[in-house]
Amino acid sequence: MQVHITVNGIDHGGDVEPRRLLVHYLREDLDLTGTHVGCDTGYCGACTVLVDGRPIKSCTMLTVQADGSKIRTVEGVADGNQLHPVQEGFWECHGLQCGFCTPGMIMSSVALLESNSDPTEAEIRHGIEGNLCRCTGYHNIVRSVQYAGAKMRGETPALGVTAEASS
Amino acid sequence: MSTTSVMGGIVRRKEDPSLIQGKGIYVDDKKLHGELAAVFVRSPFAAATITSIDASAARALEGVHAVYTAADVRHLGPTLAQVAVGTLRPLLADGVVKHVGEAVAMVVADDRYVAQDGADLVYVDYDPGQAVVDLKEAFSDAVKVHADQSNTLLTWNGNAWWEGVIDLPDPSPGIQESKLRDDAVVVSLEMINQRLIPTAIEPRAVIAHWSAGYGSVELWSSSQIPHAVAGAVATTFGIPSNKVRVIAPEVGGGFGVKLNVYPDEILTCFASRELERPVRWTETRREAAYSSIQGRGWIGTATITGTRDGTILGYELEAICDMGAYTHNFTVAIPLLGLFVASGQYDIPTSYKLHCVVTNTMTTDAYRGAGRPEAAYYLERIIDAFSRKIGMDPADVRKANFHPPEAFPVQTAIGLTMDTGNYAVNLDSLLERVGYEDLKAKRDAARSEGRLLGIGLSTYVEVCGFGPSGLAGLGFSWAGYGLPTAFNGSGVVRVQPDGTCTVTIGTGPSGQGHETTWAQIVSDGLGIPMENIEVQHGDSLDSPMGVGTFGSRSIAVDGTATFEATQRVKAKAALIAGHLLEAASEDILFADDGAHVAGSPDRAVSWGEIATAAYQPHTLPEGMEGGLEASAMFSPSNATWPFGSHMALVEVDPQTGDVDLLEYWATDDCGNVINPMIVDGQIHGGIAQGVAQALFEEAIYDSDGNFLTGTMIDYALPAAESLPMFQLDRTVTPTDVNPLGVKGIGEAGTIGSAQTVVNAVVDALAHLGVEHIDMPLRPKRVWQAIQDARG
Amino acid sequence: MYPPKFDYLSPTTLDEALSALSGAENAKILSGGMSLIPLMKLRLVRPATVIDISRIPGLDSIEDRGSHIEIGAMVRTSDTAGNALVREHATALAEAAGSTADLQVRNQGTTCGSIAHADLAADQPAAVLALGATMVAESTRGTREIAAADFFVDTLTSALEPDEILTRIKIPKGGRSVYRKLGRRGGDSDYPIAAAAVWVDTTVGDISEARIALTGVSSKPYLALDAAASVVGTDGSAEAIAAAASHATDGVVVLEDLYGTVDYRKQLAETYVRRALEDLLA
Ligand SMILES: Cc1cc2nc3c(=O)[nH]c(=O)nc-3n(C[C@H](O)[C@H](O)[C@H](O)COP(=O)(O)OP(=O)(O)OC[C@H]3O[C@@H](n4cnc5c(N)ncnc54)[C@H](O)[C@@H]3O)c2cc1C
Ligand code: FES
Ligand code: FES
Repeated sequence: MQVHITVNGIDHGGDVEPRRLLVHYLREDLDLTGTHVGCDTGYCGACTVLVDGRPIKSCTMLTVQADGSKIRTVEGVADGNQLHPVQEGFWECHGLQCGFCTPGMIMSSVALLESNSDPTEAEIRHGIEGNLCRCTGYHNIVRSVQYAGAKMRGETPALGVTAEASS
Repeated sequence: MSTTSVMGGIVRRKEDPSLIQGKGIYVDDKKLHGELAAVFVRSPFAAATITSIDASAARALEGVHAVYTAADVRHLGPTLAQVAVGTLRPLLADGVVKHVGEAVAMVVADDRYVAQDGADLVYVDYDPGQAVVDLKEAFSDAVKVHADQSNTLLTWNGNAWWEGVIDLPDPSPGIQESKLRDDAVVVSLEMINQRLIPTAIEPRAVIAHWSAGYGSVELWSSSQIPHAVAGAVATTFGIPSNKVRVIAPEVGGGFGVKLNVYPDEILTCFASRELERPVRWTETRREAAYSSIQGRGWIGTATITGTRDGTILGYELEAICDMGAYTHNFTVAIPLLGLFVASGQYDIPTSYKLHCVVTNTMTTDAYRGAGRPEAAYYLERIIDAFSRKIGMDPADVRKANFHPPEAFPVQTAIGLTMDTGNYAVNLDSLLERVGYEDLKAKRDAARSEGRLLGIGLSTYVEVCGFGPSGLAGLGFSWAGYGLPTAFNGSGVVRVQPDGTCTVTIGTGPSGQGHETTWAQIVSDGLGIPMENIEVQHGDSLDSPMGVGTFGSRSIAVDGTATFEATQRVKAKAALIAGHLLEAASEDILFADDGAHVAGSPDRAVSWGEIATAAYQPHTLPEGMEGGLEASAMFSPSNATWPFGSHMALVEVDPQTGDVDLLEYWATDDCGNVINPMIVDGQIHGGIAQGVAQALFEEAIYDSDGNFLTGTMIDYALPAAESLPMFQLDRTVTPTDVNPLGVKGIGEAGTIGSAQTVVNAVVDALAHLGVEHIDMPLRPKRVWQAIQDARG
Repeated sequence: MYPPKFDYLSPTTLDEALSALSGAENAKILSGGMSLIPLMKLRLVRPATVIDISRIPGLDSIEDRGSHIEIGAMVRTSDTAGNALVREHATALAEAAGSTADLQVRNQGTTCGSIAHADLAADQPAAVLALGATMVAESTRGTREIAAADFFVDTLTSALEPDEILTRIKIPKGGRSVYRKLGRRGGDSDYPIAAAAVWVDTTVGDISEARIALTGVSSKPYLALDAAASVVGTDGSAEAIAAAASHATDGVVVLEDLYGTVDYRKQLAETYVRRALEDLLA
């Protein structure tokens, strides 16, 4: 079936099998391998992308369902060479270890902060409930999102390597 | 700005820029021209005879290139194991299956969707037999898993484990005798340390490319041990190991599950050789759960004999340890690691009996901590029970039995030597930071209002940093894969002609930040800025002869090798810089991306200038060899022994049994710390996994061997909302086993945490009469324990 | 983890969808896909035809119809949770929707899909039961209304005929409601081990009307009629609440699984009925 999908601002058209999962379309047909697959049942969130601005699990969506939509993946989060504050937060606060959950975590965090720029710790934990991380125990992920929130509000983050190394 | 890092400083990770942009390359991201995809057909039965396999419909399906069964691969032999005690796993089930999920056939097709379509068309007839799952039943040998062999593969029996190597008196008679004392208090509990699934978020994946022309094979594998895998591939196919390149690129978490050689690694190579196309396989989450290794799975009785003043006269543990059906990498050696730390931080007579028993379930092997969390669990739970029984504060009982700092090096109950320790200082610093007395008052006040708060404490000792070459004969080697290398560390440091630096190491990291930490070691030694140092690993041919990353070994062993190589490069560079600056090499100091003469910062050369000279031998002092590179191999004299103390505060909902982990504190000691940020991160993740064992996770087989927890729905990993922030601190007791004074931190958090949480929950309920609850402390179990205690 | 082959239709009118559904053999409606797609990936469900109703205009809105509110077939669970009308007039549904799964799943899955799927432990069915909602089912044969109380037939079985689409849910206004649960990962995360939705009318002082629904407890979400009857006519005192809670599992077979024994679930059901009533009447 023919689909037209805009990914990170670029239009893609093509023929896909109806059964092809969106995550495989992104990873294999478009070579956007930042979006990962970590489970079979929609639980881990490693495949999270934004479809028309909302975080969804691309392993549980058919490519044909996304026909006509605008998708943002981790590869489309930075502004050119300028990292997104969320990416910066993960780097500054050691919000990743193996990095496998990270693209999905970043997409959920971007969506969270776009709808609530000053979330509490509980709101952050609730907002990333659909993303599992096995490495970090979430501690530094929470801090990464707090860092990004501060940055997005125009404040100077008190967290992170740069702040801590200079204090 | 110079970003030369001192050791002990926090720096942003070098790994991260690619990973946060989704540009890291994991195995499944690698694409090869002409690749095919494999899917396995797996057994739905735990014990059965295969009466027939009909793959004709699958072979006829368009897009299917091959279907392989045991008949095709039998000649390659079984999957190799390092400690090959027991039955090795066949590459594909040969006539019988021994656990649910065992691979029976492999379908290779144009892509994964078609391969799955093909797998659906492979019809296998089974004649089911009787499965043995219950550990005690298996131990009885009433039904045998493998017809020709007792279910008990071996028993690790206290100090007899290296009989003939070291002779120690047997503590058991003394312990039995002390039970007869009038003032003896004996406390005993049977406890289960349940089966777990390591659950790296990246499923394992491989892609093999056999080049007929070159007679060589390249295998990308999501592995912690690329060198061992290369050895296994070479040995299995009867080709030299220098014809096998195993590459472990970014690895999305390991925790032990990727510390094994698996049939798929061999079979994709085989299929690639047969079909002359690259062949890939990526496991599903269900496969990750039931056909890659699981961990833990002990049932044991712990007993303490002591007196009312808190003195422990003896500690005994007898446990049955579940090996699963087949032997993998270290399978039977995992309980041995528990034996190494049997007595924890305490100077107590210890008697251990660990029976390694097979069942019709997936193999167990190293899962984060591997034997040591089990050991710490039994010991620290029973010390808690003992403290309660004699009415003494659990912290005081622990202190009363510590090895004092002046006792080090300490010989353990089984004859190993613990390097350094300062246990009471570590525990006191935790108690003080927590405000232990206030916390107890808060708990008691809440209790008087009917709320169930509990405080849990645990200490632990870890043994890691393997390891001494002398242990190679006891299994600490890759000889089982035809690669007889002891668990040495290796590192190569090369300053390039432009003054940048390349470091290649023999580790196989999966998130531990080696690129950053190793760059810090080299940057600290040479004064080359962090951004000019590239650290490479994970290539069995291009890395130095390495061993991999597991058992918290990398920094203490491979880190030291890199440190030594750095010193060698530095010594040579000092000669060159001295020559260029017309100064004595002893007067040369390295900093700020170059070298200068001590006391005269203006007499300086850059690393670029030093390196340029190094690669133009005619400019060097007479007789000096060109180049600026050194390699080092390090074999430590001993393992290292980190330790720590953990504390948790929980609240139990009396009506629902729901446990809320309110606060968590840990004071760990891993010797010197190179990057505190990374070390803390390892502890966070380690604690999360221990808490997960305590509260949430359990791999469950029913009595027929059906596997009930194959999805993340049923195997419930903690989400962000399930965990609190972790409040960390450390004491620093360097080791003398290596010049960096570092011990290792990958597993400590896990070893210290599960029993800390269980102790806290039992503390919350003890006044109701609850003595013990088996993990995971699901609400239903906690509630049931309350009901049972109330009668 | 790769679904089997199927034919895919994405009709742009309801009539088209209904005739496709009535004409096809082994066809499945796809709304959010959060239950259907995982089942297809595991190859436990193999529909010949998948009819995606997401491109039919008009199904994705929540409307105020005076005496009741209406939730269309393509309203996502996250929209139900956040919608002001639902929060005001159907609080229990907003809370049940908000505690369903995680944000991504709520963004994809639909309220009607969850109802139609009729999972024994799904959150939202309990809320529609307690709220006394009506399900509107349409087929080429016509439109019929099914009371929530008659909708949940058994595990994964609703009163919908194979050729029917649940096009909207009507929820009467009035009264007050809450949803309280214990999730499988503790707190309110994940599917409930047991949960209660409670609706009461207290406009004239005492409790004049009440509905109490449970999910996760038995083979289907159900109304605890005796429990509700017991609290009606009382002032909601602690004794009245306790008495009502004691009837939470009257007449049902309580489920036993990895997360709970029969005794445990029974007690949980009672606890959550009690907590829901306490919170509602506080
Ligand atoms: C990771 C994960 C966690 C989850 N956790 C929870 C949880 O905590 N609580 C909970 O309640 N649920 C949970 N769910 C289920 C989730 O809420 C589903 O979205 C919901 O059950 C189905 O809604 P859907 O729109 O996705 O339906 P679909 O998957 O599209 O359809 C489900 C079934 O209903 C049929 N159907 C759908 N819409 C209609 C209609 N309008 N008319 C007729 N038939 C229809 C389909 O044919 C299919 O058989 C979870 C799901 C996932 C993937
Ligand atoms: S891959 Fe796990 S949720 Fe999508
Ligand atoms: S960083 Fe490894 S899973 Fe999150």
